[in-house]
Amino acid sequence: MNHPILVAENITKRFGAFVALKNVSVAFEAGRLTAIIGPNGAGKSTFFNVLTGAFAPTSGNVNYDGHDITGKKQHEFARMGIAKSFQITNLFPQLSVLENVRVAVQMRHSRFQLLTPRQSMKGLIDQAEGLLNLVGLSSYSSQTARDLAHGQQRCLEIAMALACDPKLLLLDEPTAGMSPEETLVMMDLIVRLADQRTVILVEHKMKLVMGICKRIIVLHHGEFLAEGTPDDVRANDEVKRVYLGQSI
Amino acid sequence: MEGAPSRTPYRLIATQVSRHRVAAVIAFLVVLPWLTPSHALAANILIFGLYAVGFNLLFGYTGLLSFGHAAFLGSGSYATGVVMVHYGWPWWLAIPAGITLAALIGLCMGYLVIRSRGIYFAMVTLALGQCVYFAFYKAEAITGGENGLRGVNVETIDLLGWKLDFQDPITKYFVMLVFVAAALWFVSRLLASPFGAVLESVRENEKRAAACGYDVARTKLLAFVISAAICGLAGALRALHLSIVPIDSLHYLTSGQVVMMSLLGGMGTFFGPFVGAATILWVEDVATILTKSWQLVVGVIFIIFVLFFPRGIWGSFLHWLGRR
Repeated sequence: MNHPILVAENITKRFGAFVALKNVSVAFEAGRLTAIIGPNGAGKSTFFNVLTGAFAPTSGNVNYDGHDITGKKQHEFARMGIAKSFQITNLFPQLSVLENVRVAVQMRHSRFQLLTPRQSMKGLIDQAEGLLNLVGLSSYSSQTARDLAHGQQRCLEIAMALACDPKLLLLDEPTAGMSPEETLVMMDLIVRLADQRTVILVEHKMKLVMGICKRIIVLHHGEFLAEGTPDDVRANDEVKRVYLGQSI
Repeated sequence: MEGAPSRTPYRLIATQVSRHRVAAVIAFLVVLPWLTPSHALAANILIFGLYAVGFNLLFGYTGLLSFGHAAFLGSGSYATGVVMVHYGWPWWLAIPAGITLAALIGLCMGYLVIRSRGIYFAMVTLALGQCVYFAFYKAEAITGGENGLRGVNVETIDLLGWKLDFQDPITKYFVMLVFVAAALWFVSRLLASPFGAVLESVRENEKRAAACGYDVARTKLLAFVISAAICGLAGALRALHLSIVPIDSLHYLTSGQVVMMSLLGGMGTFFGPFVGAATILWVEDVATILTKSWQLVVGVIFIIFVLFFPRGIWGSFLHWLGRR
């Protein structure tokens, strides 16, 4: 077994009286493509938001590479090598596709550089073009981001997440709202990305992840339910019960 | 959608103007005194144009609507005036004093307001702007209170033995233009820089900018301070131009005016703030001769543009050029 890259310990998250997550402890192995699944209202997205620092947990903590990262600010995550894509597409809508990625690439090199023209930083532009190539958007680089099709916007978001060269990539329902064709393209991309880094995926559609993930974590009603290989999870009685009536 | 942009003459002009935007604006400002009915109007456009450029850095490029920017124009004016009148500083040292005070007040205001958003940001800046107004209003011994600060006089400017008559309107205009040109060059470099890209990304999507690893609060704060400093320079020049510092430089109407100028000219464009300042001041200049209710004329023009040309005068023009 690989060493765990991300460890969530006893995560509880309350919203007022509502308990969204109850004592969830999970360790994510480095280099693995892991999926977090569960029926509606299982707390997947809340868990994702706690892992990526968007929500502070009510109790418990998150460790990354042996460091406690609970309560770190959003911008610190990318600098530590943790990148994410949002469930709802989040881009810089009025900027060009290339500039979206270029700004993201620029983060590691210059944040408060006031007088150098950005066009003179050719290396950053090349890197951005490389990432667009990887996600299959090279021919759209001069288009405005908001003019892209939905599936392309999601791919652009992944290119932006990759810009900080993350060791850990977290994706919240990357195929949400996609057509079947777009979903296939995205799944293929995710598998390729997982070759080089740890990828954690939150997914609602169980069938999708069964084929590509090495490890699956199942949440239900805010609690940890099961963990294992796709075959283990498929055979688990508890999982069968909560996914009642659905083929898994 | 399209490969290489087609090289129609209009497009060519548009690309050339945007590539040499500083030169284009300065060229306009060089001929401006001979286009306006009076030299005083040209000087006003110069000063308020710079004020709007500083404001637009925050509003058009960073996406923060401040209703308290008079605090920076006014404190820039007062600092310049006070060190000249009470401490006898030379004018060239008084200008940096104006910029510095405006930037410091910008830092304090920015620190307090930067975490609020949207309408709250606008309201808090308005309130803090009023605090600055009353602080200067009450400090009568230094600022002259309601009467304003009088006696900010510069007779001649001595440039290594070359004496310039600062009372001559054209000379005065061109001396001020040197400072405005330097500020425009700085703003243009800033916008083209990596930091300029971060500003735009914050305007476009704060959440995403943070997820990319940018410290949104610090970025906004720096933008706020730079914006304040540029408005402070505009204020310093205004003190020299008017020879007095009127208390209305700090008034919230002056804050509102710069919002109108930016919107009318075209927020988020480089030349838009100057176009907006020129239009409003020019219309004011002409309409006051014709009618007492000149504000009605300005107001109607403003409403027409907000409703039908939301890109503003210059923004709509650029858009039209780009589509030809």
